Amino acid sequence: MKLTIQVNEGPYQHQASDSAYFFTKAALEKGHEIFRVFFYHDGVNNGTRLTTPPQDDRNVVSRWSELAAEHDLDLVICVAAAQRRGIVDDGEAERNKKDATNIAPGFRISGLGQLVEGGIQSDRLVVFGD
Amino acid sequence: MSILHLVNKSPYERDSLDTAADYMVDGDAMLLIEDGVYAAMSGGKAASKISGMKVSVLGPDLAARGISEEKLVDGVTVVDYAGFVDLVESNDKVQSWL
Repeated sequence: MKLTIQVNEGPYQHQASDSAYFFTKAALEKGHEIFRVFFYHDGVNNGTRLTTPPQDDRNVVSRWSELAAEHDLDLVICVAAAQRRGIVDDGEAERNKKDATNIAPGFRISGLGQLVEGGIQSDRLVVFGD
Repeated sequence: MSILHLVNKSPYERDSLDTAADYMVDGDAMLLIEDGVYAAMSGGKAASKISGMKVSVLGPDLAARGISEEKLVDGVTVVDYAGFVDLVESNDKVQSWL
């Protein structure tokens, strides 16, 4: 089964990012394909590398980055939601004249078309949010 | 065509469980996750609503809230994340009632 996952909630907000992560991990362990993980609305905050959670707490952001590296996942952040919330990669920094970037490894910024494509190309679209 | 209805909010907080239950038809399934697991408690607000329906509850979220499986409405099944994936696969569509 081919899956696209949508995450609408930021890290440490409630539980949606955790649920999405554990679901994605379980799907991969069962041999399913994750076509894409799309981060929308406050979910784009899952993609900043500047978070420093306490050492005895889970690191939601790096957990996604590590899973992406391990399984070659496509982690996509919605560009309009990212611009509103200050999630910046090299291209966005140049385009919007920002003095820094903060995107975490394994994430990329793109448009809503990526979510639509995920919905079309996948067998199931599973949405996590608040 | 069957739909898996995902409910993640407590019935004491929102009415998403009621809405999902009203939209369920024969062959559909419901999975309670996050605070949605409170709906599976026997004697609780949603107990009569879900009794007799095909309802599963996510075990790790149940455990995280200190609810033992003996406290569940009869007929509710407990699944882990692998079981969650299986439910997504065995139904044609997934509707998250956010």
